[in-house]
Amino acid sequence: MTTMTQRPVSPASTPPLAGPVQVTAAPPEVLTKRPAHTQAPRPAEPSARTAITVRAFNAWYGSFQALHKVELDVPHCRVTSLIGPSGCGKSTFLRWINRMNDLIPIARADGTLDLHGIDLLSRNTDAVDLRRRVGMVFQKPNPFPKSIYDNVAFGPRLHFRIRRRDLEDLVERSLRAAALWDEVKDRLKSSALGLSGGQQQRLCIARAIAVGPEVVLMDEPCSALDPKSTARIEDLIRELRKDYTIVIVTHNMQQAARVSDLTSFFFEGRLIETGATADIFTNPRNKQTEDYVTGRFG
Amino acid sequence: MSVAAMTFPRRLVTRRKLRDQLFVIACMVIAAISMAVLVVLLSSIVTQGLKYFRWDFLREVPSRRPAKAGIGPAMWGTIWVCVICALTALPLGVGTAVLLEEFKPKRSWARRIHGFVQLNISNLAGVPSIVYGILGLTLFVQMWDLFGNLSEPTFTFGTREDWYYVQLPFGRGTLAGGLTLMLVVLPIIIVAAQEALRAVPNSLREGAMALGSTPWKVVARMTLPAAVPGIMTGSILAMSRAIGEAAPMLVIAGVVYITFTPKHLMDEFTVMPLQIYNWASLPQEEFHRVAATGIIVLLIVLLTFNALAVFIRQYFQKPLS
Repeated sequence: MTTMTQRPVSPASTPPLAGPVQVTAAPPEVLTKRPAHTQAPRPAEPSARTAITVRAFNAWYGSFQALHKVELDVPHCRVTSLIGPSGCGKSTFLRWINRMNDLIPIARADGTLDLHGIDLLSRNTDAVDLRRRVGMVFQKPNPFPKSIYDNVAFGPRLHFRIRRRDLEDLVERSLRAAALWDEVKDRLKSSALGLSGGQQQRLCIARAIAVGPEVVLMDEPCSALDPKSTARIEDLIRELRKDYTIVIVTHNMQQAARVSDLTSFFFEGRLIETGATADIFTNPRNKQTEDYVTGRFG
Repeated sequence: MSVAAMTFPRRLVTRRKLRDQLFVIACMVIAAISMAVLVVLLSSIVTQGLKYFRWDFLREVPSRRPAKAGIGPAMWGTIWVCVICALTALPLGVGTAVLLEEFKPKRSWARRIHGFVQLNISNLAGVPSIVYGILGLTLFVQMWDLFGNLSEPTFTFGTREDWYYVQLPFGRGTLAGGLTLMLVVLPIIIVAAQEALRAVPNSLREGAMALGSTPWKVVARMTLPAAVPGIMTGSILAMSRAIGEAAPMLVIAGVVYITFTPKHLMDEFTVMPLQIYNWASLPQEEFHRVAATGIIVLLIVLLTFNALAVFIRQYFQKPLS
């Protein structure tokens, strides 16, 4: 932290988080070992603390209510997957967590949506600072039309006054954490658009974690990728779980089963069932959940 | 059903092919006619104008003897006016485009104003330039006589001999000319810049926004850099229109016989199209040849500008996703 001055960010209304954001901390020990994607998923032990608390959360687009009374505890440093048929509100929910819905004039929400004590729905919450703490990876890889290096450095340059050497370190660490470093270390200055789809998506993940978020939101991150790239991203998600709280929207139920600790099933704007992933897929309590995960509809 | 029964009768096939060829021939004839007109025009200008085409033509001042005549003052007038036009129209036009495209209002009454302004800018791009000339005359040259009349300006700074001389109202000077041209090209630049901004995919804006960019940073670091080649291309084409404008300049500068290059923002000037018009309206046949020489110079400048625009489009327009 000595080499980098963090911009004063939190407005008075948002309580500070537990400890500063670990952007200069030692790189997460990823890359050292990576489980094959066929390997059985992680143990579903309960998390020590809750990252995002959702209570009686309703969301609207104009007069259309997209989400009804959602109640959910997203555990800290775990992978939570949101499944459900198209239009069930899972993406809407995801985009409220980092307030991307602010861009949509008719979108509004009420209830409680709380990240480590920050009221995400409050007008006083600085959405710009919030988005540094809550990164997002989109459905279609959207690398900026800049060099690979500049893509990763984009976020840090926005938020930190940082020396060139430290920025280089940060870019390298982020690319290593996203399991992309070995493939791109010799062409950091070439355009990110020259990467393959899977590499682009991992670049987007590197870009998201370069600003040191606590939560990474992923909106169907593999739906535009081939199976091999998908497997790599899934490996990566399992690695990132050590350091980040991950919420992933997916249409691929096998993917949810493979990567997530906790699964929430949404249907027609309601959260039908939440539970340990293994339970949801093998022993769902709710009939609708069972029908969906066994492929009877959706 | 047999295969033979499914094929068309031979007669119909040949007729269809014939019609196809006729259409191609018709297109070629039409294209040839328009090309021929262009070739005739250019060759007649070149044959007429080459007689007086020499380096000194760019330096010499208009003269009573055709062999001595040059386009120097008009060329410098064009440069002054166009530089003023570019320096004012670019920031205003790009700024307006960014406001209209990137900061769309959310409230319904503001959206209505936004739509009204948008519609009017599109309409303004089609207004005849003489109208802008008359607007410029009242707005910049006379300033509604708020500051006295042209012969007795209320406010002056320096004397007519100083390079920094400024007066209110501006009078028939290069500044008034440049600002009037700005009015002409502003809608064109705004529309071109808006289209360039619109071509930037929304996923890039969302990506920058999701990293915690303020709306201003999204524009400054993502959208605008991505749109610069498109904005440049549109602006250069707008400037080549400005160089060729005669009508508004006729209203601002008048048909004057000027043998000196402008020295300050209030100085009288003429521009190349006006000088060409001036020569072409003279009764002597030889001056028509001088006018043709002026047209050659003007065309060279315009073609260079257009080539530059094409070059930028080809080499700097990178794919964005």
